[in-house]
Amino acid sequence: MESSLFFGLSTMAYILAMVVYITYIGFRKKAIGVTASGLTMFGFASQTLAILLRWKEFYQISGMGLLRSIPLTNLYESLVFFVWCLILGYLIVEFRYKNRSFGAFVTPVAALALLFISLSGMSTQIEPLVPALQSNWLLAHVTLSFISYSAFALSFSTGLMYLIATTKRGEGAYAFWTVTLGVFLAVLMAMVLDFIRFKAAGLAPGSEEFIKSFLFKSTYKNPEASMRLVSYLATILIIFLTWRYGGALKRIIEGFKLQPATLDEITYKAVAIGFPIFTLGGLIFGAIWADQAWGVYWSWDPKETWSLITWFIYAFYLHARFLRGWRGHKISVVAVMGFVAVIFTYLGVNLLLSGLHSYGSR
Amino acid sequence: MASKSFSDRVWSFFSSIKLAIAIFALIGLTSIVGTVIEQQASYNTNIRVLNHLVGQGLAPTAYRVLDALGFMNMYRSWWFLSLLVLFAVNLLVCSIDRFPAIWRIMRAPVKPLAAEQMMKMPIKAEFRLQGSPEEIERKAAAGMKSIGFRAARHEEGDGAVELFAQKHAWSRSGVFITHFSILIIMIGAVSGIFFGFNAMLNLPEGYSTNVVFSRSVDLSDQAENAVRANLMGALDSAGGDINQAARAAGEDAASFKKGMEQAGLIPLNFQVLCQQFEVKYYGQSDMPKAYRSLLTVIDHGKPVLTKWVEVNHPLKYHGVTFYQSSYGLMDDLSNGIAELDVKSPNGQSVTERLKIGQSFQIPGTEETVKLAEFNPALAFDDSGKAITYSQMMTNPAVRVEITDGKGPGVSKWIAQRYPETWSLPDGSTVGLKDFWGVQYTGLQVRKDPGVWIVYLGCITLALGLMVAFFMSHKKIWIRLEPEQKKKGTRLMIAATSNKNRQAFERTVEKLALELEKGGK
Repeated sequence: MESSLFFGLSTMAYILAMVVYITYIGFRKKAIGVTASGLTMFGFASQTLAILLRWKEFYQISGMGLLRSIPLTNLYESLVFFVWCLILGYLIVEFRYKNRSFGAFVTPVAALALLFISLSGMSTQIEPLVPALQSNWLLAHVTLSFISYSAFALSFSTGLMYLIATTKRGEGAYAFWTVTLGVFLAVLMAMVLDFIRFKAAGLAPGSEEFIKSFLFKSTYKNPEASMRLVSYLATILIIFLTWRYGGALKRIIEGFKLQPATLDEITYKAVAIGFPIFTLGGLIFGAIWADQAWGVYWSWDPKETWSLITWFIYAFYLHARFLRGWRGHKISVVAVMGFVAVIFTYLGVNLLLSGLHSYGSR
Repeated sequence: MASKSFSDRVWSFFSSIKLAIAIFALIGLTSIVGTVIEQQASYNTNIRVLNHLVGQGLAPTAYRVLDALGFMNMYRSWWFLSLLVLFAVNLLVCSIDRFPAIWRIMRAPVKPLAAEQMMKMPIKAEFRLQGSPEEIERKAAAGMKSIGFRAARHEEGDGAVELFAQKHAWSRSGVFITHFSILIIMIGAVSGIFFGFNAMLNLPEGYSTNVVFSRSVDLSDQAENAVRANLMGALDSAGGDINQAARAAGEDAASFKKGMEQAGLIPLNFQVLCQQFEVKYYGQSDMPKAYRSLLTVIDHGKPVLTKWVEVNHPLKYHGVTFYQSSYGLMDDLSNGIAELDVKSPNGQSVTERLKIGQSFQIPGTEETVKLAEFNPALAFDDSGKAITYSQMMTNPAVRVEITDGKGPGVSKWIAQRYPETWSLPDGSTVGLKDFWGVQYTGLQVRKDPGVWIVYLGCITLALGLMVAFFMSHKKIWIRLEPEQKKKGTRLMIAATSNKNRQAFERTVEKLALELEKGGK
């Protein structure tokens, strides 16, 4: 299990990088920026090594071909790969646009995803593959899906930054981003609470118990009606606070010294790269794989349907931009909504809905 | 005239981007409901879901409303299919509406530009070079060729020469290829629905059939189940021969077949036999690594094809494909046959096949072994009593009673997955190789003549997207104006690209730099 050492190193490097990037925005010293980039690159290198090591371990354990042993078969491994793609995408953008401020927004997404891994208590064990996953289409489908998810995550970051930087209270777009961020924060806090209770119960990490018996049970699904009420009131309060003090975040983003036009352009470029890859890898290869494994290329199961909804939102983004000339607030709102759908396709369906794809919730 | 304006209005309705947006939103929003409500599920399943969402009091009402609106099987409801048809029509009309204009741009030859027009282009450069005009023109043409343009030449009266070219004009068609591919996929899906079927078959080891169960039947409907049981009974007594069953029922074969199809029974033109089914596990765990069935197709009484079918490796015959999808244990275990590898202490070995209750003698000895009991998933509870721990055949075992005719007999469990249980006290071994005839293989059976159209659509969709997003229509002009006074040449470069302009700008800048340096 040497791989877990390097995973730990990369997690720490990303969290440190996040802190240093944010410090960089405050002080704008070149040395700090270089340190942040260095940390990110170090994290990326150790994560790459960790993935390769895990691949090797899996290959040796499973006794299957090299391609079929790619470590992309459960929620944990796919999240790790997602972070890897995201950081790669970010490093390319940093290099191309020669702007580091943006790292203060991407590294938190990476750190949050890695934090989510430990919070949700999901299994980090190397697990044998169920027969349906023993297909070469798996490699193509999952790899490309996550590359596109990462591109969408990038477009989400820049789209959200655009909204934060250019809207003010009273505007619809301002209400949109503050409510979205508020809900996001509330759900995250609820999960932290669940996790504390889960740890207090002294259950072994990696069990499915967490999702089954703990997720949202301390808050939104609490057996006590009064606690449920308090949870919803707290959520409304968090949303209100985000809305009331959103201006503080705006000043921070303004400190990034990024042109809104540049943000808009990166958002568009990320969607323009993510969309064809998502169509090919997520929808087409997924359909071919389902066809080979189950004899049905499209069965309207929740995962497929949510992928289609995601696809429709990004198709809408492109058409609104090209045919209607949408720019600025309106189009950024669509980009943010697109990624909310991505998150739901990826996590929500596994955590909240069931279907043919339930293997991913392990 | 009035009718023409009406058709114009219909056309502009269907070609509007607003309609497209409305359809996108409607398909998306209604689909969300369909992912929350479990589709084609039982009443109790969805009542439980609704209890969670709207509370116990409102759940039955909510169920009735959603059921009446078709949300319990919404992806096959008339209104959802209408939305998809509307989507297709909108896509088609939009494409036809916008195609002529794009076609003209694609076909239009690139024309030389006046100097003022060139300066209005998004990418431009200008500099002066010394040297022979012919040499400069030759280098400019070579430079254009090096970045993939075949230049045309235009000379003006005052001696100015313009080289100009375009490439990948056809890439503007990428968006149409993409849109038409979606239509092709939809056509493929529709032809699959009309000319194919999607069925299930649970086939026990040793059984054969020529009838499969449509996946769209409602198995909770008792009346329909009775109809199906009747038809299957009639077919069984006719030995599986549809013509004979029809004669016995006093109908002609065609109407009998139609009756079957209406009841959700799909007759095949051949028989399929499950010879054997087996599961392999990961190590000692109960997690299946692979499971497979040995299927034989029997056409007109003759076996024509035998194949191991596993997940991701289906069997195909006459347009019908059999996919391994599940498996299970039959209710009646009494017909199972144990396959035993017997080795006597002196090395003699034989294979025995017997049912529970039968016995055999170990060769060269006086010992008789009787199969007393079968357990599909053997485990022992705390008191040491044998129990069955799973609904599947995860640990098949037989209990044998061994007697040599003299003393009291010995009773012993022999488990297939544990060879250490195979040895008997006298040094002989009895290995349980298989317990055959108690498992069934769950097969997904599909006939889909449209799947190749879908695949074709997928390929063109991928190509269309690559062209639409990663290729661009580029134009470039290089103008060489001789300057009498300075004995040099004024060189102007202009270029456009309909997509990814920055990348093209870098290419053109590099070309300009090369020409500027090379000309000195």
